[in-house]
Order: sequence, then C-alpha cells, then structure tokens
Amino acid sequence: MEHFLLQLFIFLAAAAIAVPLAKKVGLGSVLGYLIAGIIIGPFGLSLIGDIEEVMHFTEFGVVMMLFLVGLELKPSLLWQMRTPILGMGGTQVVVSAVLICGVALFFLPWQQSLAIGLTLALSSTAIVLQTLREKGLMNSPSGRSIFSVLLFQDLAVIPILAVLPLLATLATHDHGHHESVLFDINALPGYLKIMATLGAIFFIFFLGKFVARPMFRAIAATRVREVFVAAALALVVGISLLMAVVGLSPALGTFLAGVVLADNEYRHELESDIEPFKGLLLGIFFISIGASLNFSLIGDKILLIGGLTAGLIILKWVVLYGTGIIFGVAPKERSLFAIALAQGGEFAFVLFQFSKANGVLGPEVIEPLISAVALSMFLAPLLFLAYEKFSLKEQEDEASHPEDHIERSGHKVILAGFGRLGTDLGRFLISAGIKPVILDHDPANVEVLRRFGFEVYYGDTTRLDLLEAAGAAEAELLVITIGDGEKARELVKMVQKHYPHLKIAANTANRSSAYDLMDLGVADIQRETIGSSLALGEKALLLLGMDPYEAYRLKRIFLKNDEEMMPVLYKAHREDEENYISMYQKHNQTLEELMTLDQRLDMEELDKAWTVGNPED
Amino acid sequence: MKKILINFAHPTKSRSIINKAMRAAVEGLEGVYVNDLYGRYPDFFIDVKREQQLCESHDVIIFQHPFYWYSTPSIMKEWLDLVLEHGWAYGSKGNALEGKLFFQAITAGGDDSTYQKGGFNRFTIKELTSPFQATARLCSMTWLPPFTVLGIHRGLSAEAVSGHAESYRRTIIALRDDRFDLKKVGKHHYLNSDLNSTIKG
Repeated sequence: MEHFLLQLFIFLAAAAIAVPLAKKVGLGSVLGYLIAGIIIGPFGLSLIGDIEEVMHFTEFGVVMMLFLVGLELKPSLLWQMRTPILGMGGTQVVVSAVLICGVALFFLPWQQSLAIGLTLALSSTAIVLQTLREKGLMNSPSGRSIFSVLLFQDLAVIPILAVLPLLATLATHDHGHHESVLFDINALPGYLKIMATLGAIFFIFFLGKFVARPMFRAIAATRVREVFVAAALALVVGISLLMAVVGLSPALGTFLAGVVLADNEYRHELESDIEPFKGLLLGIFFISIGASLNFSLIGDKILLIGGLTAGLIILKWVVLYGTGIIFGVAPKERSLFAIALAQGGEFAFVLFQFSKANGVLGPEVIEPLISAVALSMFLAPLLFLAYEKFSLKEQEDEASHPEDHIERSGHKVILAGFGRLGTDLGRFLISAGIKPVILDHDPANVEVLRRFGFEVYYGDTTRLDLLEAAGAAEAELLVITIGDGEKARELVKMVQKHYPHLKIAANTANRSSAYDLMDLGVADIQRETIGSSLALGEKALLLLGMDPYEAYRLKRIFLKNDEEMMPVLYKAHREDEENYISMYQKHNQTLEELMTLDQRLDMEELDKAWTVGNPED
Repeated sequence: MKKILINFAHPTKSRSIINKAMRAAVEGLEGVYVNDLYGRYPDFFIDVKREQQLCESHDVIIFQHPFYWYSTPSIMKEWLDLVLEHGWAYGSKGNALEGKLFFQAITAGGDDSTYQKGGFNRFTIKELTSPFQATARLCSMTWLPPFTVLGIHRGLSAEAVSGHAESYRRTIIALRDDRFDLKKVGKHHYLNSDLNSTIKG
C-alpha cells in the first residue's frame, strides 16, 4: 500500500511540477509530462519502478479520450467524414507501411519488414489529440483531417493484430497470449466469433440509443453527483471489457459508444465527469513514455536510433504531405497535417510487444525501434511548436486584411437556465439564426425540450467543468436566466474569474437581485417582470380608450425613467440601506411628476410645434 | 362609387381640435375608410402587406396630416418608404396604384399670407408639397392639389372648425360619388379653394 501511494505521489507530484513549468515556457502539457517522465525515470532520478505496467494501465486514458472524442462527433458528422477517414487514413497507413517495409527489406526478411512497416505506420493518437485540443485546433479543417487519419489507424490496429502472428518466423518460447478473465473467444468456432463481435457492437448501439437515456435520467434525478460519475466510468470500463472479450480494440468500442451518445442530453455531464480521469491517466501515460526512454541504448547506438527517428519522421511527413495533396487539403493546412502525424504511436509499443511474443521480431530489432518511436513521440510536440512559430509569421502577414463581416452562425452563446423565460429567449435566438448551447438542471425539462429539437444539456450550470464542456472558452456570450439569484451570482463570479472574455447578459427576478449583479459589475441586466408588466399596462390603457400612440409613448417614457433611476437607486441602496425605502417611495413620486411633465411637454410640444411658427404674434 | 382611403397621421390627435373635427366629419361615411397610422403602428412597425392591400382596394388615397416641418409627421415618411415598393408602386412592373386619385389634407399653423414667395415661409404650399406631386406621378396616380386648412395656430373659432370639417365632408362625398370636377380643380391652389364651383350638382 505504502509503495503504491509513494509511486502515485511521485507521478502526481512530477506532473504537478513539470506541466505548469512546461506550459509557462510555452511547451504544452504533453512535453511537460514527457520531461517529467525523463526526470523521474531510470535515467533521471530513478524514482519509479515498473514503468511498463504503469504504461499498460494508463493506456486506458487513450480509451477514455476516444470516448470523449466520440461524444463530440455526432453520427451524421462521422458519416460526412467517411471519405477522409477511409481515403486519407487508408492511403496514409498503406503507403507508409509499404515504404517503411521497403526500407526495412534492405536489412531484414520480408515478414519482419512488413511487421515493422505496419507497426510504424501508426501515429500517436494520445499526443496528437491532446495537443490539438490544447491548441483549439480540433475543429479546424486540418484538425478534422488529422482526426480522420487517427481514427482509421485505430481501426487498422485490429487487422494488424490479426495479421502479425502469420508473419512469425522465430521460435516462440511460451507466449504471453493474453488470458481472458471471462472467457476465451478464440475457443469458439469462427462463425460464432463473428457473431459475438457483431453482437457486441450491436449491444453498444442498443445501450446508447435506448438504455442510456432513461438510466442517466434516473441517476440524475437522485442529484447525487458521485453516482453519475460512477455510472459514467462503469459505462466506459464496461464497454472496454466487452471489446477486449470479443477481441476488438477497447478504444474503438468506447469511441463508438461516444458517437452513439453524442446527441444525448447528458453528453456534457458525461464529458465533464470522464474528463479528469482521462486527463490524469493520459498524463501518467505520457510520463511513463518519458520514463521509458532508454538513454543508455540511445547513447550506445546514437547514430542508428537518431537515423531511425529522423528517417521515420521524414518518411511519414512526405507520405502525409502527398496524401494531403491528393485529398485536397488546403496548401496552408497541409504542413500542419503532415507535421502533426509524423511520429510513431503508442500502439507501436503494444504491437512490438505482441510481435515479440508471437515470434515475429526479435528483441535486438525491437529495442532500437521502440527507442526511435519514443523519441519521435517526444519530438512531436516540439515539431508542433516549430510549426506554430513558422506559421505565426505567415498569419501576421495576413492580419493586415481583417475580415469585415462576422459570420452570424459563428456566434457562440451559452444559455444558462431554460425555464419559462429561457424558453422564449431560446426560441427568439434560434429564430435569429443563433443557436445557443442550453444548460439546465431539471431532467424533466431537458427531456421535453430535447424532443422539440433544442440543443439542451443537463447539468448544474454553476459547475466549472460543465461550462468548459459547453464551450465557455470559445463562447462569446453567456445569457443567464436562472431564477435563483444566489446561483446566478455564483455563476457570474466563476465566469468572470475563468472566462473574463465572456460577455454576460442576465435576467433577475427583482430589483434587489439586480443590485446584487450590479455589485459584480454586470451591466446588461433585465428585470424579468418589467417588460411584461409594461406591455400589460399598455394594453390596459388601450382598453380604457387611450390613444395607442400615447399609450405606447407613456410606456417608453416610463421605461426610460425607470432605467435612468436604476443606478441612482442602486447607489442609494448600497450607500444607505435605511434611507432606501424612503428613496424608493420618492422615486415613485418623482416618476409620477416626471411622467405628468413628460406627458404635458412631449405631447403638447408635438401639438404646438407648428403653431409657434408665426413669430409676429 | 369610388372607394376612399384616408391615411391619417397625427401623433397627438386627441389634442388637435381641427384634425379631430375633420376626421369625425368623414369617418363612418359609406365607402370611406380612415386608416389611423399612429394608432395602428405606435412602434412604427408597419404591416406592408396590409397597407398595400388597403391601397389596392381603394380608388382615392388621401394623406391627412398636420404640416410638420413643411412635410408630414414622421410615420408617413416611414409609410412611403416601406409600402411603396419597387415592382408594386413603381418600376416597369409596378402598377398597383395606377389611375388612383391622390391628394393631401393638410392643417398648418401659418396662414395663407405666410405661404407666399415674399411671405414668412418663402414658398407656397404647392411648391412645398411638390415631393408628393412627384411621388404621385412616379406611381402613375392622378395628383390633386392639397385640401388645406391654414392659420390654425391662432386658434380657429368653433364655427371655422365646423366649417372646414363640413367642407372636408362635402369634398369626400363628392369624390366618392364622382361629382367632383377634376379638370377645374387642377387650376386651383387648394382643393377646397372654391368648392361651390368644383362640386357638380
């Protein structure tokens, strides 16, 4: 126990120190983790023990990451991406594998060359996605292309795992054939195996489409947050287990589950619950990669490994660049596309181990290659940085032509609270072509609104992680229509602290909660009753026979006076609570005076405007 | 029988004695519809479809309004801007108003002597209303000189008010019943210059 805690402490402390430092100097979190790994690893301070096991365990972070990526990809979007996935991904994997194999043929028999080619064709999903997300490039055109290729690679792992044993040329001393805990699917005849696999995939769809919603709703209704977290984790772990049993990649299975759940109203809640676990596991995974860099081997064979690394990166870069040209990636995006994916991936570690176990490749071949892959992964974030430095210059040149028109659909608005007021507001914004992301924490409410086609998500809006998941970092405006004044204040404070760029417009139930928000510096406040009470008042005046234009103007005059009095009353209220009541009464009196005055002046001025035209009278 | 549309614009009509009286004299007459613009569109959000349909279903279009700043109250400009669409009121396919009669019914503060070349206002009513004459021409309408009530700022006597209101009523009825001598009235400064000679029968 103590040993475990100590190891955990070392990992966590290393991350906590290295990542902020790395970020501070602009290196990004992935490099931070990798450097932390090197420092605490056997060639640094030698603080940690069994790296391989840690790496194995934390690979689960990749699984979670793909679940999260899936959550952000609606099935329709995935279908739209079928050409880049199959075309670009397929081209990249096949061409890279063939070329790498071709190079290897100079030194090794064809079976081993092919195994190496297939293994090295894959890139690092973990590093690339993490970096893309951190730089906010996930939804850029090149981000999409990169993701498509990564997705194909994840798919490709399955057939590669199937092919590798056929390439065995070496004798194997008992194999690490993984023993299944539940049952061994290989014991089944072929057709049953396929049935089981298809059954598992079907089960995921069924789960996501029909079971998840009522289940999450029931759990959400308990309002015990840990239970929701537990359910979310159970879902991811369960699916991984199922995939492992039928011999599919867990990453792929959870990705699929994510896609199925992508238009579920609990999406953001799931996202924010899984996110920290993913982040932690992935972080430790990166640390273990850093720690696994075998510096004595690298030192001994510096030329070989350096050459392998450089060769790998250059060859993959060339293939990717060519793929980019063939599939019409814009010239400006091409170099990012190529640089992002020009490294070996974590799957290489798995596949090399697998090859060793199955007698495809010997350790003398594998070890330098593993070092080269690790080194290329270490260089990947650095290449990103280099690209940024380089492209920043280009962007500066373009900056002299600022865009003069803002795409309306590009406006990102978060609507917090979707009660009676939020409903009309949401409808209004949608009619104006602005599609808000709506957050509400009444499961029943969310359910109904979803049926009417609103993009509504369940969750407590005052939770930072939920706001983050709803896109607060990129959003432009937050509209608060929560009835609870205390909650609204909490939300405003949090947003001002974490997303200072976000504009805020808020609704309040009454004057005093409006003052509370004015305390926080919120400028755009709407008291929720004023609009409808005056509209009703106008109707009343009409029914009493007043001229419509006069009634309308009276309403406007009243509103204007009321708005002008607001800061005065606020000041009085805050400076002198006791006098506030009398002040408020005085305000009403003033208002009455003002209104009679306005009525007389405004109306009669209009009336007399032309009668004063003859100065000689 | 002609159908008559009176587009009425007065922001403070409850306090305008003359406009109230004129409106009361014609409202409710058979074939006459008073369209109160400020009353219907207090927020200036004009229903263009409705207004165009009203124009289409009437033969005479009258703008009744006080003469603010040598022109109309602002809602009438808004009405012109929005309702007289290209392809409807003018342009090669815009013929919805073709052949309709058009005139203004104006109430102004200064008296006749001020609306002369040498007078206080420098220009005549006819000159000052020339934009409407041009508008009518562009929309292929027959323009008539304005029905004009002047000198109201000094305050009109009760008799004068009812006299003007009655003239207005006579004019509207004569137009409706085709008893108005359109040729003769073209030579007058105002539509109501000499009603006894321009109204037949």
